[in-house]
Amino acid sequence: ASSNNALGKGLLTALSGDTLDDSVWEEVEDTLLGADLGVDATTEIVDGLKRRVQVEGAPTTEKLESWLHEELLAQVGPDMDRRIAGTRVGDRPAVIMVVGVNGTGKTTTIGKLARVLVAEDKDILLGAADTFRAAAADQLETWGARVGVPTVRSAKEGADPAAVAFDAVKAGRDNEVDVVLIDTAGRLHNKVGLMDELAKVKRVIEKQSPIDECLLVLDATTGQNGMRQAEVFAQAAEITGVVLTKLDGTAKGGIVVLVQRELGVPVKLVGLGEGADDLAPFDPKAFVDAVLD
Amino acid sequence: MFNSLSDRLTSTFKNLRGKGRLSESDINATIRDIRLALIDADVATPVVREFTGRIRERALGAEVSAALNPGQQVVKIVNEELVEVLGGKTRELQLAKRPPTVIMLAGLQGSGKTTFAGKLARHLRDKGHFPVLVAADLQRPNAVTQLEVVAERAGVPCFAPERGNEGGHDTASTEGTQSYGDPVWVAQAGVGQAKVRQYDVVIVDTAGRLAVDENLMQQAADIRAAIQPDEVLFVIDAMIGQAAIETALAFQKGVDFTGVVLSKLDGDARGGAALSVSSVTGRPIMYSSIGEQTKDIEVFHPDRMASRILDMGDVLTLIEQA
Ligand SMILES: Nc1nc2c(ncn2[C@@H]2O[C@H](COP(=O)(O)OP(=O)(O)OP(=O)(O)O)[C@@H](O)[C@H]2O)c(=O)[nH]1
Ligand SMILES: Nc1nc2c(ncn2[C@@H]2O[C@H](COP(=O)(O)OP(=O)(O)OP(=O)(O)O)[C@@H](O)[C@H]2O)c(=O)[nH]1
Ligand SMILES: [Mg+2]
Ligand SMILES: [Mg+2]
Repeated sequence: ASSNNALGKGLLTALSGDTLDDSVWEEVEDTLLGADLGVDATTEIVDGLKRRVQVEGAPTTEKLESWLHEELLAQVGPDMDRRIAGTRVGDRPAVIMVVGVNGTGKTTTIGKLARVLVAEDKDILLGAADTFRAAAADQLETWGARVGVPTVRSAKEGADPAAVAFDAVKAGRDNEVDVVLIDTAGRLHNKVGLMDELAKVKRVIEKQSPIDECLLVLDATTGQNGMRQAEVFAQAAEITGVVLTKLDGTAKGGIVVLVQRELGVPVKLVGLGEGADDLAPFDPKAFVDAVLD
Repeated sequence: MFNSLSDRLTSTFKNLRGKGRLSESDINATIRDIRLALIDADVATPVVREFTGRIRERALGAEVSAALNPGQQVVKIVNEELVEVLGGKTRELQLAKRPPTVIMLAGLQGSGKTTFAGKLARHLRDKGHFPVLVAADLQRPNAVTQLEVVAERAGVPCFAPERGNEGGHDTASTEGTQSYGDPVWVAQAGVGQAKVRQYDVVIVDTAGRLAVDENLMQQAADIRAAIQPDEVLFVIDAMIGQAAIETALAFQKGVDFTGVVLSKLDGDARGGAALSVSSVTGRPIMYSSIGEQTKDIEVFHPDRMASRILDMGDVLTLIEQA
């Protein structure tokens, strides 16, 4: 933790009086709130720091910064299991379903994830269960072509998404692939009909095979609404992991701190661009550094 | 979970009720609640600070009302101030004196530009115009196909001389995606076509881009320079959080947008970004995008947005009745 970053400079001025006044805490608070951590998580972290100051005495700037790093890292859960279910389970393919609100990066994430798995020499099949959005299946198919994997899709728009998902998983079993990746339409979590439809897609897939991984894709620019999204999607489909996309922009995606804690589900992957290789494992330390930078 | 603003403020009101005059500490308590509520609604922190500063000034100078308790009075001021910032400059679409009117769309990836292109075209078609959509996103896989479908649903033509990235001719590389063809040329040719074919409105869909992507921002600036649009609409997702300011400022610098479209307002996000973007750019919010279908477009309503951000319908009704 150097003092070259914005927070460091702010803290330095705030601390220069040798006392820890409110402006120090405001500085810390603004940094966390500004990264979309939200009032709850921020309050908790600041309270933790205040307790520490009470016990250990007023810290130097550097000390306070390193405490802040520690507190935040503890909140991010550095020890969670973030592996992806990407290998055959017994005699069947692993099934990964991808869900989330509109435009977060589901289809792109599937393309990138397929690329990673192909690089591991796995046989992959994509299922285009977004039959709703204009050219959604074409988009997925282009991604498939990009990374060299086939796509199961419906010939016509507006087909039953559950039926396409079913067909894809069945084809995956018949062809003994390693992983089937199912893309679903973006939907806002407050639309009951659409959430029911998602639950149906899940149920119908499960007639063929258990779902090993259900990834919720959250856009890093999303603010506090991300928590609502996570809660409702978790009810409709058991979420096993979060993908935080568009981290290549200015947004920090701080809402995932609360999401991880409330859902008990880890962020597993991050999206860092629009290219096929722009997917990475979630790195808690890098995330914390970015928030506090 | 912390309580909603309404709950918090109601309890603040209880504390304040019965007092004759608003003391500085009363105002401070209410302001603290309002600050939290605004942050909770995703208003960006610098905007919250400036906004609550103004509220504090007004509240301190305000006459004590007979009908409202002091806390309610502060909320009334907050609401008035919000409506003013959000709606101070509301205006209609600027149509060119000599058609075609050229409208360019810009925004982050996935914000809702392409969908909105169809909505706006339909909206204008219904008013008797003859719009054409121009497919200048040659980057996102099948963006052109998507716009063609959107145009068909809206019942308007689509000018798409380049296929962009799609299976068969895809410029994807390990470096990321590039454009297939020249979006600046496509935009320009689209305007040319409109003149020849006598379409009176041209709506140019562009690729999504990040605030920090200098190359792509330059490309958007080049498109703007080439087609000299009458309106540049910045489409922003109502769910966006603290990144709203930087994003809006980057697009203002990059393409100098003339108006804002708030999308996905059919969700349950409080939409504090509306306040962030209005305050830092001074540009009017012109449309609300409220669904995935062509018909899901509305002219923006500042008063509804204010109460949505404040999320305290009950209190506001009470105040209005006073
Ligand atoms: N910069 C950046 N852009 C991304 C990232 N992931 C996705 N995108 C872009 O975001 C836009 C939306 O991505 P999609 O994959 O179509 O999103 P989606 O969730 O499938 O969208 P719907 O199916 O319409 O709900 C596209 O322009 C993508 O190229 C990322 O990590 N970084
Ligand atoms: N619920 C809802 N969904 C919307 C709205 N506007 C757009 N969408 C959806 O959001 C997703 C992204 O919309 P697009 O129009 O493709 O966004 P874009 O800005 O063109 O995306 P890029 O071209 O990839 O940058 C799609 O699933 C749309 O159906 C809206 O107002 N409400
Ligand atoms: Mg998709
Ligand atoms: Mg688009």
